[in-house]
Amino acid sequence: MSKAVINESVINGAVTTGAVTTGLVRVRGLRKSFGPQLVLDGIDLDVREGEVTVVLGPSGSGKSTLLRSINHLERPDAGFVEVGGEIIGYRHHRGRLHELGAREITRQRAGIGMVFQQFNLFPHLTVLENLIEAPVPVRGLSRKQASEQALGLLARVGLAGREGAYPRQLSGGQQQRVAIARALAMEPRLLLFDEPTSALDPELVGEVLAVMRDLALSGMTMIVVTHEIGFAREVADTVVFLDGGRIIEAGPPSEVLDAPRHDRAKAFLAAVL
Amino acid sequence: MTDSHITSIETKPIDPKIVEPSSGTVSRPSDEELLAAKLVPLRRPGQWVSALVLLVLFAMLVHTLVTNSRFQWNVVGEYFLQGSILNGLELTLWLTASVMASGYALGIGVAAMRLSANPVLRSLSFGFVWLIRSVPPLVQLLFWYELASLYPQLSLGIPFGREFVTVRTAHLFSGVLAAYVGLTLDIAAFSSEIVRGGILSVAPGQSEAAQALGLGGGRIFRRIVLPQAMPAIIPASGNLLIGLLKATSIVSVIAVQDLLYSSQLIYNQNFQVIPLLLVATLWYIVLTTLLSIGQYFIERHYARGNNRPGGHGFWQVVGLNLPLFGRSGVGPAGRELAGLS
Repeated sequence: MSKAVINESVINGAVTTGAVTTGLVRVRGLRKSFGPQLVLDGIDLDVREGEVTVVLGPSGSGKSTLLRSINHLERPDAGFVEVGGEIIGYRHHRGRLHELGAREITRQRAGIGMVFQQFNLFPHLTVLENLIEAPVPVRGLSRKQASEQALGLLARVGLAGREGAYPRQLSGGQQQRVAIARALAMEPRLLLFDEPTSALDPELVGEVLAVMRDLALSGMTMIVVTHEIGFAREVADTVVFLDGGRIIEAGPPSEVLDAPRHDRAKAFLAAVL
Repeated sequence: MTDSHITSIETKPIDPKIVEPSSGTVSRPSDEELLAAKLVPLRRPGQWVSALVLLVLFAMLVHTLVTNSRFQWNVVGEYFLQGSILNGLELTLWLTASVMASGYALGIGVAAMRLSANPVLRSLSFGFVWLIRSVPPLVQLLFWYELASLYPQLSLGIPFGREFVTVRTAHLFSGVLAAYVGLTLDIAAFSSEIVRGGILSVAPGQSEAAQALGLGGGRIFRRIVLPQAMPAIIPASGNLLIGLLKATSIVSVIAVQDLLYSSQLIYNQNFQVIPLLLVATLWYIVLTTLLSIGQYFIERHYARGNNRPGGHGFWQVVGLNLPLFGRSGVGPAGRELAGLS
């Protein structure tokens, strides 16, 4: 599947820059409505291994829905998402896409980490318990192995020594860093960030972005929905601009952020910068 | 520090001793006097009066309990640990425990049905809760007891087809079983609503985060959703359990020898009605007290991760609930802690 040569007639403004796409993530023709409201109106997106893609756009443009479709938290109405050559949430059989059973979807999700705007740490569990809750049953680690790995990850996000704390005893920035460590504990091949700094006090944004920057440098494949233009400019390989459920701009940050072609993108960037 | 802060704001420095109020009001005290003044809280005579009235009424109650010889406390003492009373107590406890266990097992299932995406299951669950909550438990009890007159025999087999086993209903539904079935259905209906409310109180982001980590549905419910729903479930469940403990006394109408009926059997013979009702009442009080204490510890267990300040010690909570003996001047944090329920 990964060796498939795609000579697309560059859709929605050139995501695939040419010859061979060895995309880790391929999204094609993704559509989703909530009742009468069309949220995603035919999304095509490629993310290569080790790349950081930042998704920008006004609220209600479908950014979160796109992200949530990639690990099947939302079920698309049409189109498909492929991660590592595997169609997410469905199995192709005799011209039909059959939805996968819970066990299979669970297995796919385990390889795709997600970080939420509201952190969504488990408040009744300590930081350490948050980090080993999934690796023990899903990856089959022993509690000891999982704990050792968790302590390493906590040190990596700058929270060594806080493993015994409960989430409510931590600041927002610390909670979000724990949430990132929790996602990393599953050793995902792809990390999704859904506005990871939007619920934080302004002075706490920096510490979370610093962790994300380190992750990007270490070669993690990331799709980040954010309003942090500075982060996008510095870290992103590709910036995608969403409006009304469509990708209206896509390209390297220098193009999309500094020379947007679309009026809607110009207006948005002027307001945000 | 405050002084310098104030003068820096004022356009012209004011010496409070020089400034005289222009109108005829009393002269203003100096800042030093105000800073040195002792703070006097608002007096609340109403509280003192009402407390006094209630204390007098309480004293009268104690007095009458002790001095009115018709309570016959000696008879109460005589029967309190009598064999048939203890047998009745045992039956009450067994009935309460088994009904609570099976009622909640069924109730969790009914709640899960109500929250499922399947419209048939949802309607079925709604209908069950509606019907059972509409029927008084006493009527239900009598209905199950009299089931034989409606269905003389029950059979197990293929629906509308062959029957394998047939039982005569009259033999099947003894008083105890009728009570067990009726009360179980009643508890199932009420507990399903309590459990459903608890589950709905957990933020949906919690199960989404767990899903994103690749955890399975059953595990998410057991390890993530249910522990967080417990703080909302326990107080209402404690109410239900204590209510059930006392509601089991309705089985006396179908001659099941529970705690109350055992007392009734005795006073039907010796006509010591009040003392024997007191025996039953005292036992119910003892059991309710034990259950309340148990509830406190369960609540404390599930309060993990709620970083409310201050100790949560058992005796501290007891003290806060007994203002006559506990420390006075309970702060807002203390008031929040108070209350076993």
